Amino acid sequence: MHAIEERKGWIGLLAKAPAGRLAALWNDVADRPAFTHLRAPEVGGAMVRGRMGGTGAPFNLGEMTVTRCSVRLDSGEVGHGYVQGRDKAKAETAALIDALMQTGAAATIRGAVLTPLQDDMTKAKAARAEKAAATKVDFFTMVRGED
Amino acid sequence: MYVAVKGGEKAIDAAHAWLAEERRGDVNVPELSVDQIREQMALAVNRVMAEGSLYDPDLAALAIKQARGDLIEAIFLIRAYRTTLPRFGYTNPVETEAMQCDRRISATFKDAPGGQVLGPTFDYTHRLLDFKLAADGEVPEAPSRETEAGPVPHITEFLNQEGLIQNEVDSDTAPRDLTREPLELPADRALRLQSLTRGDEGFILGMAYSTQRGYARNHAFVGELRIGTCAVEMDIPELGFAVEIGEIELTECETVNQFAGSKTEPPQFTRGYGLVFGQTERKAISMALVDRALRWKEMGEDNMGAPAQDEEFVLYHADNIQATGFLEHIKLPHYVDFQSELELVRKMRAEAQAQAMPEAAE
Repeated sequence: MHAIEERKGWIGLLAKAPAGRLAALWNDVADRPAFTHLRAPEVGGAMVRGRMGGTGAPFNLGEMTVTRCSVRLDSGEVGHGYVQGRDKAKAETAALIDALMQTGAAATIRGAVLTPLQDDMTKAKAARAEKAAATKVDFFTMVRGED
Repeated sequence: MYVAVKGGEKAIDAAHAWLAEERRGDVNVPELSVDQIREQMALAVNRVMAEGSLYDPDLAALAIKQARGDLIEAIFLIRAYRTTLPRFGYTNPVETEAMQCDRRISATFKDAPGGQVLGPTFDYTHRLLDFKLAADGEVPEAPSRETEAGPVPHITEFLNQEGLIQNEVDSDTAPRDLTREPLELPADRALRLQSLTRGDEGFILGMAYSTQRGYARNHAFVGELRIGTCAVEMDIPELGFAVEIGEIELTECETVNQFAGSKTEPPQFTRGYGLVFGQTERKAISMALVDRALRWKEMGEDNMGAPAQDEEFVLYHADNIQATGFLEHIKLPHYVDFQSELELVRKMRAEAQAQAMPEAAE
């Protein structure tokens, strides 16, 4: 179960990562594995659902673009990438990283790609949250009269 | 007489070449990049994504550039593009409770947990033109403040805990999908919401405004309006579990409406709901008001004969691509149709004249 949660974590992180930053970090990874495509990168759509009233029954809200790719490393591990948008190279990188994370290279990849990505994204989110916090209203009550 | 004609290719090619030139405008002015549109015309991009019903800011920005800023034309381009995409699946419903909020306000509870967060809003601006924007200017950095940990719960849940507002019932039933089947009436609420969220902002706003002015009046408070980002999760068959496939910006509006109660229900508040792609709060509020007005049947309310209560009227006229398609087609050649009308009118006039002046006709 723990392994699935971890895998969900990195697949989700790669899905949301800025393409340029991921490409730059991936470029610095020295050992590229040999692989074949199980599914060549493919652009498609997913229908996003919402809930009525935020908590009720689902309804279809609209689609988003998604690109997916599946690879098999020559060493046998299978990796899947599902990334937001239409960037085929990003989907392939995500699939390769997913596969590598199941190999002995996991710690290296984590240090070289996943951790810096996560740090960047956490920082960006925090910066936004801090700007939002600055627009939070502090109410005060005007005292009227002397009694 | 009917004569088939061909031709116009040269004229059409020339027209499109000129369109491209006009789109570019004065070449002494730097060309707009798609990135600039995405970053600096973000609310136009959001509208195109919402009504194009496809979340992809780069594509929406490209469509706006191609359409010379005509947003309905841009929405048309996006709708056409989305039909070419293979459908990978349906996502799990986004959990707006977990939204990272840029903005979150309530008009009903001043001291709501999580607070009143204004976000990057036009509210409280003076609506005076800012001539500084006409000159190149650096934007001072917006202030920051330490965040307070803690949840930002949905405001309506407070009322729900006391039983003071109609409960929203969760369900596992797959909602009907407008993009897979034609809109048939009566539409259930899921189909209505899908239709409203991609409907024309101006139309939905007009319908919502009509309810405020007294057509199917159901006095609405904005219980909560929130704008921010939500992760999107989808089940992936080859993995056997759900993963996040991205993150989208959403605007959510929950209205709290008066309701006197009925034979089966104690007096309680009722809900209207708006959820729209991007930062699109005028649309989300409008959607919530129209959603509420269209729920009159299930609430056991009277049909006042108001336009906003008429689901056929609202849903069949909300889509600006359907509307503009039918509207604009009448400018395309109708020479033959018109020729037959012309013949008919001439004939009828001749007959009428003959009847009016029988002697002259002889």
